[in-house]
Amino acid sequence: MAKINLNRQPMPKQSLESRKNNFDEVALGYTPEQALEEASRCLQCPKPPCVTGCPVGIDIPDFIKALREHDMPEATHILKRKNSLPGICGRVCPQESQCEKSCVLTKKGAPVAIGRLERYVADWERSHPELVRKQGPHIDHHGKKIAIVGSGPAGLSCSAQLAQMGYEVTIFEALHSAGGVLTYGIPSFRLPKDIVQGEIDYVKSLGVEIQLDQVIGKISTVDDILKNGYAAVFLAPGAGAPMFLDIPGENLNGIYSANEFLTRINLMKAYLFPEYDTPIKTGNRVAVIGGGNVAMDAARCTARLGAEKVYIIYRRSRTEMPARQEERENAEEEGVIFTLLTNPKRFIGDDHGKLTAIELYKMKLGEPDDTGRRRPITIPESEFTIDIDTAIVALGTKPNPLIPSSTTGLDLTRWGTVKTDAATGKTSKNSVWCGGDMATGAATVISAMGAGKIAATSIDSYLKNTG
Amino acid sequence: MSYRIIAKENLTQDIHLLRVEAPAMANKAQAGQFTMVRSDEKGERIPITIADWDKQEGSITIVFMEVGATTKKLARLNVGDTLLNFAGPLGRPTEIKFFGTVVCVAGGFAIATIVPVARAMKQAGNKVISIMGFRTKSLVFWEDRLKEVSDNLIITTDDGSYKRKGLVTEPLEKLLEQDTINRVIAIGPTTMMKACSTTTMSFGVKTMVSLNPIMVDGTGMCGSCRVSIGGKTMFACVDGPDFDGHAVDWELLMNRQRTYLDEERESQRLLEKRLRPEF
Ligand SMILES: Cc1cc2nc3c(=O)[nH]c(=O)nc-3n(C[C@H](O)[C@H](O)[C@H](O)COP(=O)(O)OP(=O)(O)OC[C@H]3O[C@@H](n4cnc5c(N)ncnc54)[C@H](O)[C@@H]3O)c2cc1C
Ligand SMILES: Cc1cc2nc3c(=O)[nH]c(=O)nc-3n(C[C@H](O)[C@H](O)[C@H](O)COP(=O)(O)OP(=O)(O)OC[C@H]3O[C@@H](n4cnc5c(N)ncnc54)[C@H](O)[C@@H]3O)c2cc1C
Ligand code: SF4
Ligand code: SF4
Ligand code: FES
Repeated sequence: MAKINLNRQPMPKQSLESRKNNFDEVALGYTPEQALEEASRCLQCPKPPCVTGCPVGIDIPDFIKALREHDMPEATHILKRKNSLPGICGRVCPQESQCEKSCVLTKKGAPVAIGRLERYVADWERSHPELVRKQGPHIDHHGKKIAIVGSGPAGLSCSAQLAQMGYEVTIFEALHSAGGVLTYGIPSFRLPKDIVQGEIDYVKSLGVEIQLDQVIGKISTVDDILKNGYAAVFLAPGAGAPMFLDIPGENLNGIYSANEFLTRINLMKAYLFPEYDTPIKTGNRVAVIGGGNVAMDAARCTARLGAEKVYIIYRRSRTEMPARQEERENAEEEGVIFTLLTNPKRFIGDDHGKLTAIELYKMKLGEPDDTGRRRPITIPESEFTIDIDTAIVALGTKPNPLIPSSTTGLDLTRWGTVKTDAATGKTSKNSVWCGGDMATGAATVISAMGAGKIAATSIDSYLKNTG
Repeated sequence: MSYRIIAKENLTQDIHLLRVEAPAMANKAQAGQFTMVRSDEKGERIPITIADWDKQEGSITIVFMEVGATTKKLARLNVGDTLLNFAGPLGRPTEIKFFGTVVCVAGGFAIATIVPVARAMKQAGNKVISIMGFRTKSLVFWEDRLKEVSDNLIITTDDGSYKRKGLVTEPLEKLLEQDTINRVIAIGPTTMMKACSTTTMSFGVKTMVSLNPIMVDGTGMCGSCRVSIGGKTMFACVDGPDFDGHAVDWELLMNRQRTYLDEERESQRLLEKRLRPEF
């Protein structure tokens, strides 16, 4: 057995000085030397547990082996067999709870940096388009049309698979840009927009047509689509409706949902106002409510837009925070202040309806709840206020009822998600599949992509059987 | 997708009409719905009501007033140009059915948007009385169009330069005193819709208004457009834009509309500089 090397290569990062003032990517990616060094740590396990930890089952040791042998086109090919968006997953997958968690070296304290290697290969591919094996459009068409609703990771991966199988695929997207959360939600300092665009262009190069400005449920319904000659529909509209706290003062000026705040910045480029027309109020003292990746993204955006004080308001302690470790560290490095074990009571405004402060309760932790995390309990009469001029509510999102309410025969769960068979992606309605956040509630990029693939396989076998 | 402009009309100095190629939207549009419009790559997404639609021609008509950077950019487009983005029909359609006597009140650019509502109300068998209000005579447009779809048309100007002098609420109050009115629809500037709602309140006549908060996506995913209706927060783009005027928190709406005043002034200043570089 090879000698165990526990010296995991660190990720080079943009310096703190410069990154506080720009939206460029923070993690710079491995150098070739670092990538080879890190790849050399992989033990090439015969029964690799890492593969089972990856929701799409990438052949991890194989692509690492190809990388080690300097066969980058082969490494690219192995990744793309299972994952059409490796440049994105390598960056934003919660690897520490997926592939890397299952790596045999984790027990020794330093898993192989699978995500970073995946990103390295994907970035190599982008800078060497001429060397990559072309997977051009499939020529042998079945003459069957399939409609995909939504162009986030679930929709993109499903359409890529189906196009490669020879179907004619059209994506209907509500917004004026494709990509879903990858485009409007995750900021460019974590996921540069040219990488997202590169992956969208790749899907288009397979022959997939993307129609923008198409709000399904309004311009046409799922039933209309089925009547108009599409043999199957895959629903991938995400879970885009923001949740609010429902406490007094929440509609004051200066209070945003994280979705609005991030959409103004990422989709509408409000951080480049007035060159771009869409404005945003960033303020000097900002409270971001929530403890997930979305809250970290919003907090780090406001820090970059010049806020003096940025607070994260989270009702449990650091251990229960759902945000990725790496993102928490980045946020703290960038000056974000974690106000833990606090929960908003109300927002306070001035005579013009403008936010001036937030009143908070102090919390303590009780017994674990059904999620296994210790339950936060309000400490009576513990209220205190913080002066703020901007608040961003990052409590999470739920499914938008636009599609369910306009589609006949589509069963929902009590959370408003579409009832979906996880093994096939089938819904209660004939010829309709669903996947991604609309089926599971807010989850991850890679699980949405996995669901897209599963549905593509199921759609293909269904259509073959029905002739 | 190409949203080509096939007709343009300047209705007054500041109010313009564009007829835009959008066959799929025209096929589904109903009175009271709106579209999200973006003119260019750096432009904002703004909501504009669907003022008319033609299934045969496959077109959507919008009428808008120049108030800031985006509407000024739209005003400079001509026949043959295209809109970069045009998404719709969005929002819930206006509730149309037989009520009896319906009063349609409109001010400013909203004269255009009330025409399809009045027409649909008439087709549903209602007696339709319309009131249109302008600041002054030179701003009057579409008198004939609204007349065509109304049993009775009343026109007011603030300065008395044309027809009846005064605000739209004065003839509205008279009508409420004299007749049985079963429903009022008011569309126009926020202050006007608020005033109409206050007027009808004491008569207990249900009054629907079309709210115009600031929007970003127009599909229910951002919450920018939240309004308070009877103490409950709603998203105007998906739950509205039509709401019961007696339940609207008007002060909140007006405060939220003013969120970006400073930025809007800055945008306009820059646009004017770009359009007239010599200044
Ligand atoms: C700020 C933020 C940060 C995140 N960070 C991470 C991370 O670091 N790692 C990670 O794994 N996950 C992260 N996530 C979660 C991840 O992005 C989502 O789980 C994933 O994008 C879901 O994919 P999807 O394809 O189901 O939906 P989405 O990405 O939401 O895409 C849905 C698309 O459908 C469109 N649509 C919606 N309704 C309609 C309609 N009626 N008609 C037509 N089109 C419609 C939408 O406009 C959108 O483009 C983050 C999420 C957010 C919001
Ligand atoms: C459902 C709905 C239907 C509308 N229909 C029409 C119509 O048919 N004709 C018409 O002329 N106007 C209509 N409006 C108003 C129109 O959207 C605004 O006048 C326009 O956005 C102003 O943009 P601007 O850049 O030219 O001006 P700005 O200088 O940006 O703003 C001027 C004022 O317009 C409002 N406004 C600014 N940005 C937005 C935005 N993104 N969304 C909504 N309001 C904004 C603000 O209150 C602001 O004070 C409608 C608004 C809504 C919500
Ligand atoms: S796709 Fe995500 S989980 Fe799978 S190997 Fe890559 S980083 Fe790991
Ligand atoms: S488990 Fe770890 S060491 Fe083993 S093959 Fe996978 S990445 Fe390599
Ligand atoms: S405009 Fe975004 S939710 Fe209504």
